[in-house]
Amino acid sequence: MKYVDEFRDPAVIAGVAREIAREVDPNRHYRIMEVCGGHTHSIYRHGLRDVLPDNLELVHGPGCPVCVLPTGRVDDGLSIASHDDVILTCFGDMMRVPGTKGTPLELKARGADIRMVYSPLDALRLAEQNPTKRVVFYAIGFETTAPSTALTILRAQALGITNFSVFCNHVTIVPAMRAILDSPDMRIDGFVGPGHVSTVTGCRPFEFVVRDYGRPVVVSGFEPLDIMEGILMILRQLHAGEAKVENQYKRIVPWEGNPPALRAMAAVFELRPYFEWRGLGFISQSALALKPELASYDAEAIFDIPGVRVTDPRGAQCGEVLKGVLKPQQCKLFGTECNPEHPIGALMVSSEGACAAYYRYALHAETVAT
Amino acid sequence: MCLAIPGQVVSIHADQPLLARVEVGGVQRNVNVGLLEEGVVTGDWILIHVGFALSKIDAEQAEDQLRMLRAMGEDALAIEEVRGYSFADESAETKVLVPSQGSSKEPASAGSGGIGGLRRPDVQ
Repeated sequence: MKYVDEFRDPAVIAGVAREIAREVDPNRHYRIMEVCGGHTHSIYRHGLRDVLPDNLELVHGPGCPVCVLPTGRVDDGLSIASHDDVILTCFGDMMRVPGTKGTPLELKARGADIRMVYSPLDALRLAEQNPTKRVVFYAIGFETTAPSTALTILRAQALGITNFSVFCNHVTIVPAMRAILDSPDMRIDGFVGPGHVSTVTGCRPFEFVVRDYGRPVVVSGFEPLDIMEGILMILRQLHAGEAKVENQYKRIVPWEGNPPALRAMAAVFELRPYFEWRGLGFISQSALALKPELASYDAEAIFDIPGVRVTDPRGAQCGEVLKGVLKPQQCKLFGTECNPEHPIGALMVSSEGACAAYYRYALHAETVAT
Repeated sequence: MCLAIPGQVVSIHADQPLLARVEVGGVQRNVNVGLLEEGVVTGDWILIHVGFALSKIDAEQAEDQLRMLRAMGEDALAIEEVRGYSFADESAETKVLVPSQGSSKEPASAGSGGIGGLRRPDVQ
């Protein structure tokens, strides 16, 4: 595929790997956080760990929308499906996320009308086709996805569709990065910044990392070459004694972001005073809710949502893994009680979850090697 | 979720200017281009996420970047070759050509793992 294959060329990756090996100081330990779950997935899938120096540690970040959703919030969304006239729609990633009473897939098997969609526009279409049903879209995602939900709501409004609503769980990446930087048990030397979030937000929102914490951020793409180049750019900043926001992903990310997308978000959403994140706890102004004037599209205004907080299953250390304090294989349940067939936590479910990526690619490689 | 895929615009719907027909890996699908301020024309490459075009792919930037990254590999090979010159072991020229910390980090020729035969350039 164009713009994919070229950035996976092993010969070119080998060249950048040599450059990284030459750049690192063997007496120093580097901790670089890749913010996105998409990066984590790509790192494991393409075996980048194997071409990076041992003293360069990659810390997996919180950028996995399904993973950061606390179990209570999963339950809240699923409670909507208990109404007979509701069709609950969600992305494929959500379908296997365990709530207290089961995953959406299991609830569906027990009779709830829960359907997977690829786009919020597909959910809106379902509403048009099923005028006697109330169609709810279980919205998750960072700034990458929020504009699509916003445009879908605006379209519903324009078309006069009244049986469509959104259970909004959109979150924003900057407060989560700040929470990690403020966390006393974390030392991060630099960030591989979120490539697709930045197509919407641009690179400016990450200037606080430089200004307040003196750490480099390199907004990077998701192909192996992108990630390798992003890491090299961080190392070069560190060795030059610099900290700045750089854009490795210029072919996709404009420095100023996507103005129509930001306008759509501003028209539809407002910041929640606080929102609970798995592992990170309550973070102020870190999530989006529908504006009050759009309450007729807001599932939280339409349905009675229990809003109960649920603690993580005993023994599961999803929060620590999500914060980058533990590696997936250091969790007591990893690969035994918690595996892709029977996931206990969302990190084992989502394609962007560190545990799922590690289980699928790295664990296998290790088994083969030994 | 945050993953996005590149596709090429095949046509724009005459009656719905915000919908483009886009080819992704041999399959054609409709994609909403309402988030692209400057609109799209046939032949444009766009990045698609949950049914919406998020960004146009800047072909020139992509080519520039690839050229630079490929050169990085070539430079490294050139440096490796120069390092291999046994007649120049202690000469000043070698020191000029090889980056200062380079001598302790010879790329290893063997190892395990890696992509498509890639080997980790081990730090010794």
